[in-house]
Amino acid sequence: MSFKKFLVIALFISAMIAGALSFYASSNPDGLEKVAADHALDVNAKDSATSDSPFADYGFAAIDDPRLSGAVSGLVGIGVVGLAGAGLYFWMRKPEDS
Amino acid sequence: MHIPDGFIDAPVSIGAGLLAISAVSVSLKKTRGQLDSKTAPMAGLAAVFIFAVQMMNFPVAAGTSGHLLGGVLAAILIGPYAAMLAMTVVLSIQALVFADGGLSALGLNILNMGIVTVVIGWGMFVLLQKLLPKNRSGLITACVAAAFVSVPASAAAFVVEYALGGTATFTLSAVLKAVIGVHLLIGIGEALITAVTVSAVLSARPDLVYGARKLQAASQLVITNNEKISA
Repeated sequence: MSFKKFLVIALFISAMIAGALSFYASSNPDGLEKVAADHALDVNAKDSATSDSPFADYGFAAIDDPRLSGAVSGLVGIGVVGLAGAGLYFWMRKPEDS
Repeated sequence: MHIPDGFIDAPVSIGAGLLAISAVSVSLKKTRGQLDSKTAPMAGLAAVFIFAVQMMNFPVAAGTSGHLLGGVLAAILIGPYAAMLAMTVVLSIQALVFADGGLSALGLNILNMGIVTVVIGWGMFVLLQKLLPKNRSGLITACVAAAFVSVPASAAAFVVEYALGGTATFTLSAVLKAVIGVHLLIGIGEALITAVTVSAVLSARPDLVYGARKLQAASQLVITNNEKISA
């Protein structure tokens, strides 16, 4: 398999997970949230300073439909992480490759 | 297992932040100038894939879910230093854009999910590679064990931080038992996802798996020897 083909397939799988499959993810609290709630560790927890972000909690504030809203959020995440990752790693690459 | 704002006091959050910054700067130094035209895009891809899979919370027990942490997966695919950078990218964007994990807790979250998982998991992986057979099943076994252990290790780091700077009163032994118990279950999911992903990449392009470089070198040696014998 060519490297280009590998990258395209892997990005497609990532986009499908973040954009479509994530709708079916469990919405129960994760292990840490559950234990924190059970043992009242979270009594002083505050909303994140970024909780008014349009993409807070992996939704998209401008869209009401939960499936579409989550899909937009997931794909935006893929894009932002991809750009940040690419930027960082191209800065890190060998001088002779640039 | 992202820690929100207000869980852990400022001194411990700052302390964890300083530890995280030290680990990230070591990783930057170690990675700088080391990535080539294949390993640089692989590192970005690992960050993207881990972001996506972290969205897939899976059920672990009544009313509780877990998600991939990804530190060990990243370390095996792209090496431990690039992995710590990839995890830092993912966790920072989750906190900044998706309000997942508090901003004041970012250092804690990078330390627990991006550094502890990689250091403990990669250490375990390297150790097991020495003990296990130098073949594909040995490699996958090492993957499974390292990924599994990284989750309770990360959870234990949280308990230490909470014991030092928690903002509510609690019984250490009860919390330790509950946190480690549920994260042993989540660790099984982590091990499965890590093993399946590494196996898939090994099947498609074994040369792209950092943790399999020794395996690659060994199999090339065998081929070279065979050629010599047949010649």
